[in-house]
Amino acid sequence: MLLIPCPWCGPRDEAEFHYGGQAHVAYPETPSSLTDEEWACYLFFRDNPKGPFAERWTHAAGCRRWFNAIRDTSTNEILTVYRSGEERPAPVEPRPAIPARPAFEDEAPSGPTGVQGAEPPGGVEGAEPLQDGTGRGGGGETHPFRHPTRGRITRTTPLTFTFDGATYQGYQGDTLASALLANGVIQTGTSVKLGRPRGILSAGVEEPNAVIQIEEPFPEPMLPATTVELYDGLVATSLPGQGRLATTPDPARYDAVHAHCDLLVVGAGPAGLATAAAAARSGARVILADDQPEPGGSLLGTAEHLDWVRQTTDLLATAPEVRVLSRTTVFGYYDDNHLLAVERRTNHLGAAAPENTARERVWRIRARRVVLATGAHERSLAFPDNDRPGVMLASSARTHINRHGALPGRRALVFTTNDSAYAAALDVKAAGIEVTAIVDARPEPGEWAERARAAGVEVLPGHAVVGTEGDPRITSVTVAPYGESAGRQQFAVDLLLVSGGWNPVAHLFSQSGGKLRYDEELGSFVPDSGRQAVEVAGAASGVFDLAGALTQGAAAGTRAIEAEGYTAEAPRLPALSPQPSPTPPLHVYVVPGPPDADASRFVDLQRDVTVADLTRATGAGMRSVEHTKRYTTAGTANDQGKTSGVLASGVVAELLGVDISALGTTTFRPPYIPVSFAALAGRDRGVLSDPVRTTALHEWHVAHGALFENVGQWKRPWYYPRDGEDMEAAVLRECAATRESVGFMDASTLGKIDVQGPDAGVFLDLLYTNMMSTLKVGMIRYGVMCRPDGMVFDDGTVIRVAQDRFLVTTTTGNAATVLDWMEEWLQTEWPDLKVHCTSVTEQWATVALVGPKSREVLGALAPQLAVANEDFPFMAWRGTTVAGIEARVCRISFSGELAYEINVSPWRARALWEALYEAGAPYGITPYGTETMHVLRAEKGYPIIGQDTDGTVTPQDLGMSWAVSKKKPDFIGKRSFARADTVRPDRKHLVGLLPEDPAAFLPEGTHLVADSVLPAPPVPMLGHVTSSYRSAALGRTFALALIKGGRDRIGERLYAPVGDRLVPVTVASPVLYDPEGARRDG
Amino acid sequence: MADTALTSPLAHAAGRLAAATRGSGGAIRLAELPFLTQLNVRFDAKGPAAEAVGLALGLQLPLQPNTVVRAGELTALWLGPDEWLLVDRPGGERELESRIREAAGAEPVSVTDVSAQRTTLLVTGPRAVDLLAHGCALDLHPRAFGPGRCAQTTLGRTQVVLVARDEPRAGFWVLVRSSFAGYLADWLLDAATEYV
Repeated sequence: MLLIPCPWCGPRDEAEFHYGGQAHVAYPETPSSLTDEEWACYLFFRDNPKGPFAERWTHAAGCRRWFNAIRDTSTNEILTVYRSGEERPAPVEPRPAIPARPAFEDEAPSGPTGVQGAEPPGGVEGAEPLQDGTGRGGGGETHPFRHPTRGRITRTTPLTFTFDGATYQGYQGDTLASALLANGVIQTGTSVKLGRPRGILSAGVEEPNAVIQIEEPFPEPMLPATTVELYDGLVATSLPGQGRLATTPDPARYDAVHAHCDLLVVGAGPAGLATAAAAARSGARVILADDQPEPGGSLLGTAEHLDWVRQTTDLLATAPEVRVLSRTTVFGYYDDNHLLAVERRTNHLGAAAPENTARERVWRIRARRVVLATGAHERSLAFPDNDRPGVMLASSARTHINRHGALPGRRALVFTTNDSAYAAALDVKAAGIEVTAIVDARPEPGEWAERARAAGVEVLPGHAVVGTEGDPRITSVTVAPYGESAGRQQFAVDLLLVSGGWNPVAHLFSQSGGKLRYDEELGSFVPDSGRQAVEVAGAASGVFDLAGALTQGAAAGTRAIEAEGYTAEAPRLPALSPQPSPTPPLHVYVVPGPPDADASRFVDLQRDVTVADLTRATGAGMRSVEHTKRYTTAGTANDQGKTSGVLASGVVAELLGVDISALGTTTFRPPYIPVSFAALAGRDRGVLSDPVRTTALHEWHVAHGALFENVGQWKRPWYYPRDGEDMEAAVLRECAATRESVGFMDASTLGKIDVQGPDAGVFLDLLYTNMMSTLKVGMIRYGVMCRPDGMVFDDGTVIRVAQDRFLVTTTTGNAATVLDWMEEWLQTEWPDLKVHCTSVTEQWATVALVGPKSREVLGALAPQLAVANEDFPFMAWRGTTVAGIEARVCRISFSGELAYEINVSPWRARALWEALYEAGAPYGITPYGTETMHVLRAEKGYPIIGQDTDGTVTPQDLGMSWAVSKKKPDFIGKRSFARADTVRPDRKHLVGLLPEDPAAFLPEGTHLVADSVLPAPPVPMLGHVTSSYRSAALGRTFALALIKGGRDRIGERLYAPVGDRLVPVTVASPVLYDPEGARRDG
Repeated sequence: MADTALTSPLAHAAGRLAAATRGSGGAIRLAELPFLTQLNVRFDAKGPAAEAVGLALGLQLPLQPNTVVRAGELTALWLGPDEWLLVDRPGGERELESRIREAAGAEPVSVTDVSAQRTTLLVTGPRAVDLLAHGCALDLHPRAFGPGRCAQTTLGRTQVVLVARDEPRAGFWVLVRSSFAGYLADWLLDAATEYV
């Protein structure tokens, strides 16, 4: 959502504005002096540059002022705005790119200050190794793979759940994935195309395999089991790669909240917490959003520095202007630092969720500054049979153990290309899982390998995994020297922990318009420069050491709030113990396998895309990752390739023999995670999906059985069926009653605009095709408005209230458009006219009293009003009281009958309506709705603008030349009536149609053709039916239609294809009822 | 005061608004303030009429966008550089209009009675800002939208005029077109579900 700075109101959401096209295209002073070509240029030709462009906008939902903006059409950036009438300012430069890590080089390389801690390397708070050797784990019989002490789970709160029909127990604090692992279940489904068994690969949102279906309490498809918090009574099933939508309506509530802050921090890992802590006590408004149930991020997975996490969380909880949103995933980064997040508020409560709490909430956050501390995802490697259940990302295994006390296996082999898997391996070993060996693709793994060996773990440098066995779960892994087929060894394991490197989670940064660059050292794409006020901190920026991430986070938080005028405070950061010196990772994607191997090496597990598939894609000529993505579908599943994207880029780069840095990544687009339509809809559904506009008489209509028609957002009574009547019978009855005696309808929805000022008459003469300035006070005139191209765009009556005051009515659906139209001309073209326009649509309730007996009814209620025709003629208005209520009564007819429109305060409309009902009772007064109104007006050939017209119809086409002034020197649309196109004899004219069978009904939209037999296509079309009704007065069906040269065809027979029949019809005048107008005066 | 024969746009919702107010235990108060006098006034703020009209009203019409000026019960809202909305106690529209027209004399001033065009909802209570934030994209934090502020914007899916009342934490007036008032009441009551 762009912010557009209104020159008066300041920055507002773009949704409050309407676009008005190119600015500085002045209305020609004398259109009549222009050639057709010059006039066509004014009407239809506009510039379309790439780059800065001057445009008109109006703050339609705000101050209603028109102004000009210079917008860069290639970036949508609004470079400047200026008021209507002001000169176009000098060119403005676009915002420069902002580095994603502006001061990184200045930050202390030694890491945070603080007491150097005495924590043991890889230390785990309260961790105890597995004691028993039975293989059942320490969690008791029900949780055979549960660590006895580790995990942030509540062991006193056991939860019962069902997966694929079997009942299990877990604990509060488990995810569905960790609870399954604790029960020894690792397979969670089969793959979408190949049907291969797949198991839990990760411990988070990036999960490609363990995507399951929740069946109860409410069905939801395709949820990563690693993100589903366990609750009692959860029923889930595995999926064959795709889920099933619920067939019953979702009973939950969803809502949305707008939020504003000085600083939004995305991610509550070490970098994000340090960022928020730096800003916490400054008074700046801070939002910290994190997708987990509790802050900590990667520290929860490593179980390090949890004291600091707790202290920082407490600090944030007590800071008055800080809001911490947990279980909240920021999923979209839009213009002007507008970010969308989804908060999962009651999902984790299962059946215990309170009914009045929205299940999910979409946060629409407008942030002055953003710090993205979104971490990184570990990626896998493409080795043969790398998809068996039991293959798991190394850090994820550690997370399952430390966060949930869930042991993913008993005996593990570790395969890595970088240092990070060593810490994971050592921690996994400390938790009681046997680590048979660390297979490192690097020939010289350095200090971390020494530490592993010191802990008693075999390290195989310069080796790689070349195959796996098992059915379905891994039982053995084959290892060989890197790139060789000889010297293979087999390891009997049930767990293969893999680390192929790390991908910074740069999705949001990329969505913000930021550019990524390839970092040689990391072997990954990292944020480079951005277009918005955003920084990236921690692993998301490519800083993977904890000390660096903390320092960078604190610095980013400080910079952000100081830029907003607040003073930061150096946050307390945890004491860190020295780490082994790092060894650079090996950048490898496809692991060389034995040449005889026919096993698949999977790249995108969720789409079943293999190295062979990508090879076919490049073989077919695909030369970019955007091509191969579409050719193979790699990266298009609902995980959006979080673990596979960079891997796919790496594989394609190898296949093409180019550097991955030249190839780049595919484009990141919102949403970062799947978001349900229900959450996006929020409370805008059902009756609240669109505003319902009602008149002051709405409740009477409801009470009297009206059925309603939607006209724009208005609910208008359509017809009032009596017992047993269908629509046809009710409308025939309402029509007959009104033509024969008296009917009344609620006409309050007509748009009404008060036009005031000494130049009001001049202004209306410019807007309408006919003359308004000559109208006498007390009189009314029908008028037509056209666009400059001469096409009808609205019609209605104009009442002269006083010498300098008119009341203009518009069609129901067009009221706001007409007012905007008036303001546009006044503010941009004719600012010197002294005239003001104000909407008064709801200031008046209007009742149309129609029929030969209407004079009697009105006379009975308005004793002071002289109602005789000579006293109160057609197209006059009178101020009086009706039923004791102050009223403005207009003699207007939209039916051809004697009729009045009575305008009163809506506060008294009900009293007026009931008085009319009572006074009309002796005449059988009948309430009628829009359908009857349509029939009555169509019988008279009165068009409805927007139904009988479609923006290509002139007043002359409608047979309304009489409403087009010949005297006025100019009005909007006049010049176009002299264009060659508008004087063509074969233009479509509005005419009547009478089916030869008086019972034959022509559906609206029916085409008309000349012959009784359809010729071979293309069939020449003469026009189409715009309105079609059954007439009580005519005793037959009839229609209005726009037909080529229609007025010259009156009396001709044409044919209307209806279904498989050609219905013969006769072209007629559009005025089918009372053509001599005898009924108008009663 | 208004006579009892009048029916306000939200008369039918009064019971539900009151029930939500009671149910919220003081967190939110929702009520219609019906029949307030509302006049739309337009003239050149730099023209000679400005001072005379100001004197006649006993307040200077606000020139700062999106601000209000109050004098007693009379509140003047900035709607545009040449447009204001005057809000006063019920029943005063005729007297107020003639006061302005007399003060302006021959100067062109447009005055339009719009008392029935919109109705006014009172939204107050400690959770009032939270409630409105469900559907209003403006920053309603007291730092950004304190006493003296007003704005024409959207709430839910309808246009409104928001007015911060004159005391901090005294909540808001929400002026809404009468035809949309039923929708907005339904919307507010739905949004209030969590606070009730």
